Amino acid sequence: MSPRILAALLSLLVLVLFAASMFLGHAAIGPMDALRTLSGQGEELTTLILTQIRLPRALLAAMVGASLGLAGAAMQGYLRNPLAEPGLIGVSGSAALGAVIALQTGLAAGFALALPLMALGFAFAAVLLILALAGPRGSSLTLILAGIAISALAGAFTALVLNLSPNPYAASEIMFWMMGSVADRSMAHVALAAPLILLGWAALFTLGRGLDALTLGEDAAQAMGIPLSRLRLTLLAGTAAAVGAATAVAGAVGFVGLIVPHILRPLTGARPSTLLWASALGGAAMVLAADLAVRLILPDRDLKLGVVMALIGAPLFLHLIYKTRREMT
Amino acid sequence: MTLLALRALTVRRGDRPVVDRVSFSIGPGECVGLIGPNGAGKTTLMRAALGLLAHQGHSSLAEMPARDRAATAAWLPQKREIAWPVTVEALVALGRLPHLPRGTRLRETDRAAVEAALSRMGLTAFRDRLATELSGGEQARVLIARALAQETPLLMADEPSAGLDPAAQIATLRVFRQLTREGRAVLASLHDLNLAARYCSRLILLGDGLLVADGPPADVLTPDNIARVFHLEARMIDTDHGPLFQALDVLP
Repeated sequence: MSPRILAALLSLLVLVLFAASMFLGHAAIGPMDALRTLSGQGEELTTLILTQIRLPRALLAAMVGASLGLAGAAMQGYLRNPLAEPGLIGVSGSAALGAVIALQTGLAAGFALALPLMALGFAFAAVLLILALAGPRGSSLTLILAGIAISALAGAFTALVLNLSPNPYAASEIMFWMMGSVADRSMAHVALAAPLILLGWAALFTLGRGLDALTLGEDAAQAMGIPLSRLRLTLLAGTAAAVGAATAVAGAVGFVGLIVPHILRPLTGARPSTLLWASALGGAAMVLAADLAVRLILPDRDLKLGVVMALIGAPLFLHLIYKTRREMT
Repeated sequence: MTLLALRALTVRRGDRPVVDRVSFSIGPGECVGLIGPNGAGKTTLMRAALGLLAHQGHSSLAEMPARDRAATAAWLPQKREIAWPVTVEALVALGRLPHLPRGTRLRETDRAAVEAALSRMGLTAFRDRLATELSGGEQARVLIARALAQETPLLMADEPSAGLDPAAQIATLRVFRQLTREGRAVLASLHDLNLAARYCSRLILLGDGLLVADGPPADVLTPDNIARVFHLEARMIDTDHGPLFQALDVLP
């Protein structure tokens, strides 16, 4: 498929899902009501639902999905491994730990944005730790190992916090947060996450050329004038900003960064640079769709986005493994 | 004008020098074969010369800014990596990357370079095949074409003929010789001493990281050098088709 057609199709898909995300939900709001709201003549309640509830939710779903898809494509391109995902470098695990601590200590109850801020702080601390462990010039292997170690450490601390939580309510609050969701978020969350997410995107989108060259291996890429140390630093910083901010406002949403690049790779001619923006659009579409599913399947049971994503993602992943195995034999 | 100048280039692994004070320079029109037994330091020498390895001494390439280096020398690593299932044409076009200003598509000159590289390596019929689905030898040819598409004055190749069938080996070295006739230069490490003798204008013999001999093939591939460095009994035979190098036996 030519990149232009793919871009047009994916953009259209995102727009349709975004619109659906505005109109579908507990309260039925038709397109006409929405148009009236836009022109400032809608009913007060409709306007409130659209601008205060549905808009931040749809914006966050799109931003979170795009960040995860983009970071996943960048990470797979850098490591030249289709199984890589943004969580691999420990950013999401550490962000989750920061959030859990904010919930546990009651900081989150006292100040609404304490949770995302703590999550962000931990995400960046994780990146600094990785740089210290893997060194500024290390290979991709040391980066993976450092990431796994930090993820494990963050997981251990998260378990400890849960273990020590004073009462079952605190524990269940933490558990629910960790499942990941974009429900009940406000424009304040959007405003907090958006600048960092945009910065992260800006960094990650510069990587296309280097990732293309890396198709030939690190040695050949470097000899073609690609500064590998800088590429790695940009990748880490971009992922920390985009995925860290996404996790901070939406919790841990898995599988997007893994599955989306995998699905879109054949459609992009396997070019890592094309896959970057394709995965950003694809990730936005996938999370928007999953969030719609959350609202429509069991509207009364507060189904969590991360749970639905895993339920969609894991079988899809199994299918991909099965397909890859068949191709290899 | 020199394209590559090394002065006392040294690479240490721990305390042991793997490349030891090697100096030589290469100018346009030379097809230089880098020969030596396994572990003599051929790959290390070339990677250090390109600035891909920490080293002492001087290498004109390593001292260039990355951009200029990519415009001066193309590097074909020994390890043949093709990470993603891209088409042959797209893979060869990666060689144009150092010439492309950021964010631009392939221009007319780039397309012409890709086309020329494909046809030099006899790959025009393969252009739409997925590179990952080709045989090992075919992949090797695609990667050589990628390096050719970079259209640099100097091509550095690490065992470019390994894994190729005999016809493809000779065809590859003919391409190299053709490049030198066009005023470019080639530095290639080779294990096939017969190919090296027949197609290179100059050989550099490495043994234990030291430069043992440097000169025309007949002066380098002497029975004495071969015995000392390769532990081989060998002979150069003059025929109507040029010199033939024949290894006879392993020395005790």
